[in-house]
Amino acid sequence: MDGAQPAVELKGVERRYGERVALARVTVTLPRGQTLAVLGPNGAGKTTLLRILATLLRPHEGTARVLGCELPDEAWRARGSVGYLGHDPLLYRELTGRENLVYHARLHGLIGGRRVPSEPPDEESARPRLHDSSSSVADGYARVDEALAAVGMDRRADGPVRELSKGMVQRLAVARATLHRPELLLLDEPRANLDPAGAEALEPLIGRASGRTRVLVTHDVEGGLAEADLALGLRAGRQAFCRPAAEVDPAEARRLYR
Amino acid sequence: MSVPAVDRPPPSTFSTARAILRKDLAIELRTKESVPAMTLFTVTVFVLFHFGLDRDTLEGDLASGVLWVTLLLAAVIGVSRLFATERDQGGIDGLLLAPVDRTALWIAKATALFLYLTAVELVAVPAFAILLLGPDLLPALPVLALLLVAVNIGVAAIGALVSALAAETRAHELIVPLMLLPLVVPLLIAAASATEPLLRGDQGAEDLLRWLGLLTLYDVVFVLIAAAVFDFLLDD
Amino acid sequence: MFSRGIKPLAIATAVMTAVSLGLVFFYAPLDADQGFIQKIFYVHVPLAIVALCGFVAGGIMGVIHLRTGDRSWDARSYVAIHMSIILGVAVLVTGALWAKAAWGHWWLWDEPVLVSFLVVFLLYCVYYPLRFSIEDPERQARYSSVFAIAAGAFVPINFAAVRMAEAFTHPRVLSQTGGSMPGEMRLTFIACLVAVTLLFVTLWKFELTAKNASAQLNRLRRALEPEGVS
Repeated sequence: MDGAQPAVELKGVERRYGERVALARVTVTLPRGQTLAVLGPNGAGKTTLLRILATLLRPHEGTARVLGCELPDEAWRARGSVGYLGHDPLLYRELTGRENLVYHARLHGLIGGRRVPSEPPDEESARPRLHDSSSSVADGYARVDEALAAVGMDRRADGPVRELSKGMVQRLAVARATLHRPELLLLDEPRANLDPAGAEALEPLIGRASGRTRVLVTHDVEGGLAEADLALGLRAGRQAFCRPAAEVDPAEARRLYR
Repeated sequence: MSVPAVDRPPPSTFSTARAILRKDLAIELRTKESVPAMTLFTVTVFVLFHFGLDRDTLEGDLASGVLWVTLLLAAVIGVSRLFATERDQGGIDGLLLAPVDRTALWIAKATALFLYLTAVELVAVPAFAILLLGPDLLPALPVLALLLVAVNIGVAAIGALVSALAAETRAHELIVPLMLLPLVVPLLIAAASATEPLLRGDQGAEDLLRWLGLLTLYDVVFVLIAAAVFDFLLDD
Repeated sequence: MFSRGIKPLAIATAVMTAVSLGLVFFYAPLDADQGFIQKIFYVHVPLAIVALCGFVAGGIMGVIHLRTGDRSWDARSYVAIHMSIILGVAVLVTGALWAKAAWGHWWLWDEPVLVSFLVVFLLYCVYYPLRFSIEDPERQARYSSVFAIAAGAFVPINFAAVRMAEAFTHPRVLSQTGGSMPGEMRLTFIACLVAVTLLFVTLWKFELTAKNASAQLNRLRRALEPEGVS
């Protein structure tokens, strides 16, 4: 893993929605292992920014690099290493928690993936470097069990998701987002619906303690600034500020919401 | 430019499609939303035709037409519902976030639709034979089965594409039938024309090859086109 | 960018239209059975041919749009399809008029071009609700191109299928659309075909130019908006 490259590099990124500008000229560089807090009122473009980083949306202008991969052309390369936790848990309500995780494990090649290094899905020219190509089926299922235990859902994993409370669904969503051990976490209000015990249990997975590079969208101004290294303020799609979090006065951040 | 260290190879298109298909079949088996409705629909329509045409038995071109039109109308229901779980429950983001070939989604959905249509026909065709068909079905069965497979492939291929196209629109339940039904006219022409002699009690496979040729042409063209363009629907 | 050559095209169209009308009224022979009304054939069939080609062209432009990502190709595709749909209404109306006048029925299932045209027309009518119910312009363009491609491939296959069906159920009643035509008819027919084609291309360019101009105007308006307005 190349430690020198920043995890996220955005320069003048713009995204439009019809005539409306959702994001305009956003520029931020996030080094690996650090946390970026994205603050701003509803409609400021925070979710759009996160979805661009997740490779779900392509930037209309500017350059964007995630984990060294240029978007949108190399987006496929970054996908296996990015974990996205948005507003939607992305779980099928008729399936059990375990079945949902197994499905995502399959999508990430953790179960039933190929053993032999081969062409990337879209047959681009260069291949990803592979450290260990023996992903056996047993390993994959073990990973699912591990993830369920880590979020405290191992005993509730076998009932349909529609019967679970919001807090439990959120835990499963965290398990889904971190199942493939991503290098970059994109978190959109991750502690929503969680009780303090739940939030604490998930710290080692998605909190500062995880050691992963994180982009965190939150409405909790003080909390967000406290756990971040870098803070980006957005307002109506435009960048209000982008500075080390320690240098941002919470009062200034709260002015974004006015 | 560094490459993120991936500790496993990305899944193949085939295994991705299989994973999606398993997920869809699991949900369908549990909710039983599409196949029973489609099957019930066909039987109900047969009853309607009995009353509408005021006939106890049908044969030849009338039988052929009623059978195939009913099956195609039932297919519309299946196509409408094909992306329903994705629409209701979290969209396809889960798939878009994964390092997979997105054409696998089309493969999985088309295969699921093919399986649903086959399941429906396993009940609908005997039901038709019992309720409305005059001549004996059994001699016609092998050729009819072949025609059903050929038509199902075409409907599955184009249906999965139409379903995805309509999925994001506001009035998708209206757009699906309006888009799908004209598109399957060639299939209907070929299938109905080929089936007509079979249901007259002759064994005549007149021109069967010609109609099979048309079906094959349709299937090949639309499988290729749908597979080629599907990706562009998911690319934001 | 679309208006290159528009003036000579417009002139050529006007000239050819005048020439064709002249040929239709004064040169082409009067049909013994159907009388004057048969001359609708000179309008009906070229309109149908051009409309069908317009649909297929719309599909090809859709392919180019998806491959290059250049939205101007989607605009071209949209206008081609849009105009072919309008031509399509004319095809169906003139077809019905001709059928009624010549054979006493408002509709004929015997004529494969007309029948396959009806199916194609029904399909393309869905283009508008599909396109305009998608709000994001990029996605609208992409989805429209996908539709244009599938529908464009459908046109020839459907034509073949309908033709095969009619060949077996009804012998070809109308041989004029394919069979041998006497010299005067052929000349008139070709002249009309050329005129309709020129008309289509000219109107296509006109509409594209107009759309382009209004899009540019919108872009300028947006750029002049004061910044920081949320």
